[in-house]
Amino acid sequence: MKPAPFDYAAPRTLDEALGALGQDAKPLAGGQSLVPLLNFRFARPATIVDLNGVDELAYLRRSGGTLWIGALIRQATLERSAVAAAGWPLLTRAVAHVAHPAIRNRGTVGGSVAHADPAAELPVALTALDARFHVRSAARGARTIAAGDFFQAPLMTALEPDELLVEIEVPPPPDGARAAFAEHARTHGDFALAGAAVVRAGTEHAAIALLGAGPTPVRVPDAERALCNGASAAEAARIAGAELDDDYRRALTAELVRRAIEEAA
Amino acid sequence: MRIEVEINGRPYAGEVEPRTLLSDFIRHEAGLTGTHVGCEHGVCGACTIQLDGETVRSCLMLAAQANGRSLLTVEGLAGGGDLHPLQEAFHERHALQCGFCTPGFLLSAEALLRERPDPSEREVREALAGNLCRCTGYEGIVKAVLDVAAARRAEAA
Repeated sequence: MKPAPFDYAAPRTLDEALGALGQDAKPLAGGQSLVPLLNFRFARPATIVDLNGVDELAYLRRSGGTLWIGALIRQATLERSAVAAAGWPLLTRAVAHVAHPAIRNRGTVGGSVAHADPAAELPVALTALDARFHVRSAARGARTIAAGDFFQAPLMTALEPDELLVEIEVPPPPDGARAAFAEHARTHGDFALAGAAVVRAGTEHAAIALLGAGPTPVRVPDAERALCNGASAAEAARIAGAELDDDYRRALTAELVRRAIEEAA
Repeated sequence: MRIEVEINGRPYAGEVEPRTLLSDFIRHEAGLTGTHVGCEHGVCGACTIQLDGETVRSCLMLAAQANGRSLLTVEGLAGGGDLHPLQEAFHERHALQCGFCTPGFLLSAEALLRERPDPSEREVREALAGNLCRCTGYEGIVKAVLDVAAARRAEAA
């Protein structure tokens, strides 16, 4: 099908973009999720605010040990980033699982976050990394939302209609941290049935975030605590899997968590 | 709104609605019907083209977003009446039957070999996983791409 008609705004600055957003306007970044929704007419916004000309949002940099990802950074840019690979290899690993090269060439990191599909890789990896999302609106100014508060339900976030996700802040992982990402999809590049992102630093720090285990990325504090207290990978994975009711998904998730924990050991 | 696009080295201009998909502009305004439209939601890969040298789904872009950009479609692969080496190899390996998916595969494969001139079979399969073919079972397609990589290696040696 074809999209229903809409007005098209192509701002050149962030201020112009914020000015164009509102109740019945949708920001368009990479379009790899929004354009299918438009084509199917599941989404019929009055106005599309195309962010692709807002060059000031296209940056990925390390500053003060923290990774800052502007809203217009393509998934392919993150995938190839030496800065990300050196400091946040979990992101490099996770983004390689996002769909296919042609999708990653257009799709943005910020778009994956704002779309909030519970089977998407980047929200899960960013949740394991305790990322913070900086959002802004013309009327209400700026605020910062922690990953745990940002994702609220499938395709639902804390963003208000006039707010834009402007940048993603990824804090430095703890000293000596190791990370791993594992998922299972029927075909490489399809949405995964289950997955896990793990960040470990000895007995000091463990973060485990699950993909496809609930309406949002799911952290499993009980399994994280168990891991810090010396539980085996299999035991921590069993605790993490207990989040799921379905037998197959529970077994699959636990196995992926176990593999990720061992890889990150 | 009016847009100007370069496709296969030639300028094209046209009036489009904001909602006009790039795939429809290429087919209906520019008249380049080698770019095929399958699913219109980014799953099948039939409409894959290159935007400034990078593969993209032309059904997931608005024509307006291509204003001022440079596109490559399957019509731009063959030069001066000679088939592109990938097209030759697809022919040799029986890598197509109905041909609907072929333009998308060719543009994905061309981008892969530019970025990774010596891919493993696994890398070829992963790079082409976003292009669906319902005829061939993929074997011939993968072999064709590996053939081109091998021929280029032999040429360079």
